[in-house]
Amino acid sequence: MTPLFAAGSIAGFLKEHDFSDAWSSGLAAIVHAFLIINFFAVAPLIYIWLERKVAGRIQDRLGPTRVGGKFGWLQTLADGVKLIQKEDLCPESADSMLFRMAPYLVFVASFGAFIALPWSDGWVAQNLDVGLFFMLAVMSLEVIGVILAGYSSGSKWSLFGGMREAAQVVSYEIPMAICALVPVVVAGTLNMVDIGRMQAGWLTNWLVLHDPFTFLAFWVYFTVATASVKRAPFDLAEAESELVAGFHTEYSGIRWSYFFMAEYGSMFAVSAIATVLFLGGWHLGVPLLEESGLYQTAGGVFIAHLIGLGVFIFKGCALVFVQMWVRWTLPRLRIDQVMTSCLKYLLPISCFLLLGIASWPLAIHCLKGRTVLFGEPLGEKVYRTSQPTIRPVQSARQPGAMHEKKIGERGEGSLSSWRS
Amino acid sequence: MEIVKSALEPLFSLIHAGSVWAFVLATIGAAVAVVLSQNVVRMAFWLIIALGSTAGLFFALDADFLGAAQLLVYVGGTLVLLVFGVMLTASGPFMQMKTSPGEGVLAGFIGFSLLGLLATSVCTVAWDPHGAVAPIAAAGYNPAEEGNTTRALGMSLLGLRPDKDLGQENARPGTGYLLPFEVASVHLLVVLVGAAYLARAKRRQAPPAL
Repeated sequence: MTPLFAAGSIAGFLKEHDFSDAWSSGLAAIVHAFLIINFFAVAPLIYIWLERKVAGRIQDRLGPTRVGGKFGWLQTLADGVKLIQKEDLCPESADSMLFRMAPYLVFVASFGAFIALPWSDGWVAQNLDVGLFFMLAVMSLEVIGVILAGYSSGSKWSLFGGMREAAQVVSYEIPMAICALVPVVVAGTLNMVDIGRMQAGWLTNWLVLHDPFTFLAFWVYFTVATASVKRAPFDLAEAESELVAGFHTEYSGIRWSYFFMAEYGSMFAVSAIATVLFLGGWHLGVPLLEESGLYQTAGGVFIAHLIGLGVFIFKGCALVFVQMWVRWTLPRLRIDQVMTSCLKYLLPISCFLLLGIASWPLAIHCLKGRTVLFGEPLGEKVYRTSQPTIRPVQSARQPGAMHEKKIGERGEGSLSSWRS
Repeated sequence: MEIVKSALEPLFSLIHAGSVWAFVLATIGAAVAVVLSQNVVRMAFWLIIALGSTAGLFFALDADFLGAAQLLVYVGGTLVLLVFGVMLTASGPFMQMKTSPGEGVLAGFIGFSLLGLLATSVCTVAWDPHGAVAPIAAAGYNPAEEGNTTRALGMSLLGLRPDKDLGQENARPGTGYLLPFEVASVHLLVVLVGAAYLARAKRRQAPPAL
């Protein structure tokens, strides 16, 4: 195995090869940005094809069949070529500067969330202490782009769409954040990598099965997340049957496609958050990799992480598939029904779940004399799963340098503060 | 290879400093654009850029909690309300705002006196980066290992300051900031409920039966 696979991070590998701090962090940043932007660009290609296939099958059609062989694999690529060729129109009544800037704002907000997303154990562009908070904060900026697009188009349909989006997203953000807090209360950290590591081992370690409140919180979160990325049955902002195309009525060509790349990117982002918070992140659900002795060698660790990456992307895509399935199955709600379901039902439910999860350990402790229903306390799991990982690259960390944390870096030192 | 490495060395060390400077310039440029533009919604757009770049500055300086809070509260929360307010109160599409010279002079006077105040106070602070960092590392508290901000923030809410107290004899936990924080949040909640009560639509009385 080459040392590349043994390193915990790209920056760590470069440092091993006598690159200076500035070099390694700069090169690692470039590699991370390249990888993420490629995922961000390629995932919508597949998702749009999948969406058309799913829609077709649900409506008893075949969906795309011609372009690129039997299953119409290349349909989205053909669509993309068409969109690039289209004229980039700007209506005369529009505020042209804002009209042109709005798609980029939406795109950047959706893309920025991927910086803190862990793809596998320790594989994260920037291992932020406040990873979850950062992702929710960055994704909440998307709504501004949509409002600006609706306002600056100079069209009534667009304005209606933009205002609906604003009303909807601003209200749904609250239950979404509260539901995301429920597993955070259990885990005691906002660091996405740490939350993922706690769910190693059997399926019962996944936070969705931790206690009744996290179980309910998963379903509420998924509903609210579907609404916050404006997918049907909550796609009031673009309601084709009433608002032509909602906030992007006046857009054409490549700018129009930015909105869609952002939409599918956000769909994956919220699904990935659900995966990390509730569904075990990159873990298989059976401790096959841990038991197989794969963690004994440096190459084995890399392969285990690669399998974790595959598992993580599969889980995220499965949730995206569920969002598509729901879209083509349920009818669109009215705007008043959307607001009612959020403010009268989802918000009180999520507040109740937060209160419940805060009092759950106390209640269990009084009844059973322990803080968790089954299994071991989560803090010990972090310790054990990070132990078998070998750490070949040991280099001094500079606080402030832009690079990710290495595998198993949270060892003794952080554990002591965990327990205290 | 070595030659290429050494030749590009300054370039990569410039990346971090360069990103800081890019955020600084974006903040200043967008702030100036807020003042100079006439269209209210464009002002809001430039304000988004200015506040977002400030969040970027926080991230570049390793204050990730502060940066995320800046994004969530100012860019994601306050500005959406601002844009809402502008759209709902504007009388026509793409409303323009004209300021009179008197207003300009007054605003300029206040702005420049604030700038002077800030500049003098910045100049009087003894900026010694080592003075702030070194004792923490010596006491066994490693910000990179223990987490940059969240853990320290949570502990100081409860009155524990590992960055100050660690390794000191007879260090007693302080009072913490939990009570002021809770008082402020309950106050905000009361204001929110009050505003919702005042702003809700009055129920119309049933028309008299004919």
